[in-house]
Amino acid sequence: MELLFFLLFAGLAIAGAVATVWMRYVVHSAFALMGTFLGVAGLYVLLGADFLAITQILIYVGGILVLILFGIMLTPPDRTERNAKRVIGFSASLVAIALFLAVQIGSVVRWAEKSNLEAPKATAAPIGRELLRPDGYLIPFELVSVVLLVALIGSVFIARRRKAVRVDDSSTAAILAERGTLQQKAGA
Amino acid sequence: MLSDYAPLLLLLALAAAFVVGNLVISEVLGRPKPGVGKKTVYECGMPIRGTARARFSVHYYLLALLFILFDVEAAFLLPWAAHAEELGKAGLVAMGGFAVVLVVGLLYVMRKKALEWDR
Repeated sequence: MELLFFLLFAGLAIAGAVATVWMRYVVHSAFALMGTFLGVAGLYVLLGADFLAITQILIYVGGILVLILFGIMLTPPDRTERNAKRVIGFSASLVAIALFLAVQIGSVVRWAEKSNLEAPKATAAPIGRELLRPDGYLIPFELVSVVLLVALIGSVFIARRRKAVRVDDSSTAAILAERGTLQQKAGA
Repeated sequence: MLSDYAPLLLLLALAAAFVVGNLVISEVLGRPKPGVGKKTVYECGMPIRGTARARFSVHYYLLALLFILFDVEAAFLLPWAAHAEELGKAGLVAMGGFAVVLVVGLLYVMRKKALEWDR
């Protein structure tokens, strides 16, 4: 049963990764990447890393992928999108490297017998206990919020800075006006 | 341990069955006869101009960035929420301190009108 799910999730991850490099359109690649993220999340579950699995879905599937999609949507559309030949050559080289590494690692590492390992336990609760214990990681945990705050303010500051551009120069005003009409056309 | 995920698996299976089942049922019962008009994205309304691959306003990107930051906060809330009862008041205070800093960030974002769509 566990093996079945392992094969399912590993297959999903690998198929998604292959599709990501293979797809002709970048948007399709981004969606194929979702399969990889979900497959990896499933593998985390099988490894007993429940917190990591939830974080993977929450942040990678929910956040990073959206960021990638927006990044694609912001770029100018390319009619040909991608040179298929180069992609095949590149992915073939990647597969070759991966196979080489797999053989190397497989011949060196001596894996533990599964029956000797203890069953994985839930990790979310212990992580919470350690993070919020005053003699644990409470200070770094609180500092994380400050780091997030810095990122928040920084992103807003950078993204909104163009507002401060003064348009008293007539040529700049013309460019901005043109850009405005273009955006309206794009929005219509 | 892994059997804890059985309800999740059931949910996934039901969701997948619902989607695939509905598609199959409509395909079987509907006996679709596709035509040029039926294959367009919208069967009625304006004719389609161009492709879906247009450039979007950069404003979406800021929203996505803000979303990720609060997404990370949610990820940090999770280990506390899984154990909130045992962590008790001290845990609540610690998590509150964490959340307050981010609420300050949210107030800053709102003050800067970054969430408003003004252009």
